[in-house]
Amino acid sequence: MAASLADKAVATPAVGSFTPEAFERHLSLSPSWWHERKRAAYARFESLPMPSRTDESWRFSNISGIKLEGFVPDAANAAGTKAAQVAFSLAAEPTLTFVNGRLASTNPLPAALVAKGVVVCTLSEAAQRNPELLREHFMAQPQKLGSAKFAALHEAFIVDGAFVHVPRGIEIEEPIVLIHSAAGAGTAVFPHTLVIAEEHSKVTVVDHFLSNDQFGQFACGANDLYAGHGAKITYTAAQCWSLESLSMQFNSTVVRRDARVQSLNLHLGAKQARHESLSQLQAPGGFSEMLALTVASGAREFDQRTLQIHQAPNTKSDLLYKNALLDKSRTIFSGLIVVDPDAQKTDAYQSNRNLMLSEDAESNSLPGLEIQANDVRCTHGSTSAPIDADQAFYLKSRGIPEEAANELLIFGFFEDVLSRLENEELHSAIRNLIRKRMGK
Amino acid sequence: MSEITDTLETSIENPVAGIDQSNGNFKYDMTYDFDAGTGLSERTVDYISSVKKEAPWIKDFRQNALKTFFAKPLPTHWASKDLETINFDKIRYYLSQGQKPKRTWEEVPEDIKRTFERLGIPEQERKFLAGVEAQFDSEAAYSNIKEAVSKQGVIFMNSTEGLREHPEIFRKFFGKVIPTSDNKFSALNSAVFSGGSFIYVPPGVKVSHPLQAYFRINAENFGQFERTLIICDEGSELTYMEGCTAPKFSTATLHSAVVELVALKGAKIQYITVQNWSSNVFNLVTKRGLAHEESEIKWIDCNIGSRLTMKYPGVVLKGRKARGEVISIALANDGQHQDTGAKMVHAADETTSTVVSKSISVGQGRATYRGVVHIPKGLKGCKNNTECDALLINTNSRTDTYPAITVRGDRHAVQHEASVSKVSAEQIFYMQQRGLTEGQAMSLSVNGFINDLARQFPMEYSVELKRLIDLEMEGSVG
Repeated sequence: MAASLADKAVATPAVGSFTPEAFERHLSLSPSWWHERKRAAYARFESLPMPSRTDESWRFSNISGIKLEGFVPDAANAAGTKAAQVAFSLAAEPTLTFVNGRLASTNPLPAALVAKGVVVCTLSEAAQRNPELLREHFMAQPQKLGSAKFAALHEAFIVDGAFVHVPRGIEIEEPIVLIHSAAGAGTAVFPHTLVIAEEHSKVTVVDHFLSNDQFGQFACGANDLYAGHGAKITYTAAQCWSLESLSMQFNSTVVRRDARVQSLNLHLGAKQARHESLSQLQAPGGFSEMLALTVASGAREFDQRTLQIHQAPNTKSDLLYKNALLDKSRTIFSGLIVVDPDAQKTDAYQSNRNLMLSEDAESNSLPGLEIQANDVRCTHGSTSAPIDADQAFYLKSRGIPEEAANELLIFGFFEDVLSRLENEELHSAIRNLIRKRMGK
Repeated sequence: MSEITDTLETSIENPVAGIDQSNGNFKYDMTYDFDAGTGLSERTVDYISSVKKEAPWIKDFRQNALKTFFAKPLPTHWASKDLETINFDKIRYYLSQGQKPKRTWEEVPEDIKRTFERLGIPEQERKFLAGVEAQFDSEAAYSNIKEAVSKQGVIFMNSTEGLREHPEIFRKFFGKVIPTSDNKFSALNSAVFSGGSFIYVPPGVKVSHPLQAYFRINAENFGQFERTLIICDEGSELTYMEGCTAPKFSTATLHSAVVELVALKGAKIQYITVQNWSSNVFNLVTKRGLAHEESEIKWIDCNIGSRLTMKYPGVVLKGRKARGEVISIALANDGQHQDTGAKMVHAADETTSTVVSKSISVGQGRATYRGVVHIPKGLKGCKNNTECDALLINTNSRTDTYPAITVRGDRHAVQHEASVSKVSAEQIFYMQQRGLTEGQAMSLSVNGFINDLARQFPMEYSVELKRLIDLEMEGSVG
């Protein structure tokens, strides 16, 4: 293997700050039950090459912006390092708050939920209480979207993460809020959220990623969602890393029979962010709704790659990714719907809408289909256009100042996605978050 | 019942859909006067150049292209791995019957006429052949330009003659729209090209009669590398048609053409292709047009044959208000992969482009749409509209869509839409209930799917297209 890599004249795969020495130090700090997996992951990370220009899954990406040097894995929590000020206006207190990867504070779950067997704890705790479940679902799905190297890095250096387990038939109304915060220059964090919803259960999970300082950090996170038969997961991830950060996030969603997963990814922070989302519809009746909103400003790049795999008949997926592009920002949307042979009666939709708000902004859209069954309904659409002149004119003619009119139209553009959220409180909290981010 | 069994027995090569592809499976013995042998080296290229008595700059052009060809890797990081099965050492790169291009029908050799006949070109259509530049193997075997056309000052000749007799016209744009290094196969063509059409239409001339060319391959392991360059001067108009049919052989054949179009200010070019190579041919063609101010380039591209087609006609919209259009129809049957699409590069203000693609996958056929729409920085008022529809006939048919759309700035409107569907069961039921067989109903339904595009073809082509689809749909059901 090493020889064949050398034959291809691939430069020594970059490890940057994540050297074997740094890894050994990391191991000495992490619990021993994890060592074996971590060593295997580190070996993968070390051997895989950095993405290259001819790599289709990195087409249009600014590969030179992805450098692994200058980061500090296992940054110690300096005294006084607090979780960043949470901008989310939700009534529910965060159940778990992580600062630089370590658990910093907890709020107990309501006693009624604990009595029903609902577990929200750290991955380390889950390793003691529920090792089988962890083994079955933690990073268990294939990395098909180009970031196998970085997913291996995540697994090798992860410190801790959140574990949410909802037993069979339990429905939770209040959202479970998880905070992942980073602070300090060059800090590398590896946030992780694992959600397991057993048969016919129902849960809403909100992940909030944030750092309020001016430093550049490296966030390399992952989340695994598993919806058992008839389960319903609503998952929201609000990415608000500092505007100097490099962010990578890998999502995997497994949808079993008659289950339904709705995930919304909100991209507001980071200097360069890549998000990969894989939905596997494994049994009939499964439905995955994949939503994303991005506010791209400055010279930021948001790179979103999605894959909807229909592995069983009668499954449904619906993707809507909306980007608002300001200043000199760039966005990349690359989506693929795969319908396996025999996955008849698939209903798949994929839509990418880019609102161009600046002369210098650039959107790249690669909506793809790979269909191997004939009795399907698969469509995709992609548009890139500025604010509709007729709509702007109408508002102007009603005496609304241009700036206010534009704001209305931008939020109107986002509303399409936001209105799909059933939880009213979450809906308005996200809208407020976007408003703050846009300085309105 | 017995009829069905018969069909199955005669179609061993198509176990799934049971389609008889032996239609067009024939060949005649030919004697070739010039033959560069198999394999590719500097000597092959020198040989081709000397047989054609070419100017030194063309020989240099070929040699440089050969170096580029050897240096470039196969594009298998995104394209089909099937490309790796091409054995470049087993291909004949040049072959000629040593004939001078013919002027009249009577002078065309009898055996070539027989081939036309066997292909089923009816009497009716032979009249159209009178205005045709028909390419038989690598040289134009038959060439008859309508007198009226040459009177208008139109130059219509093959690539060798064009470069020899009118370098002042053709050299300026030769290899400029599609540079040698554009891709591995354009480099290959630049090294070994022969045949094809060079056309120049003077300013303001509207060529009312469409110019045509029929291309055929008729030698085992024979690669055909024609080169076409069409220049329409200011305000002129031209429609050009090419159709290909080829006998079937047991080993793979490579067809790798380069077609360059130049539409100067206000000119209009319409380029129509009906491709029906036999199902062992690799059809790897580079086609691109350069559209100047207020000009219009339209590619109408229909792919029915070949084992693997990779063809993405493109338009570089270089002048203000230039317009580009691609109409694409692809039909992929068992063992076929139609990897087609379009490239629209906007390079000036207020340029517009449209892509409409419809593909049909039958049996284990695979149809792929691959497209590029590029609007760079600093432009305003560009528009693109892309529509791709795919129809899947059998449960194991496959279709893919891979567009790439880049838009910079807030003064453009770009939209892309694609859908995948199957033939409506209600439609089939209705037609069967009215007395049509399932096969006939299917054929009618598929023809209906592409009807709005097929109508854009000249009449005789759309009739031929309908016949070809009927042929391909035979036995695709049941």
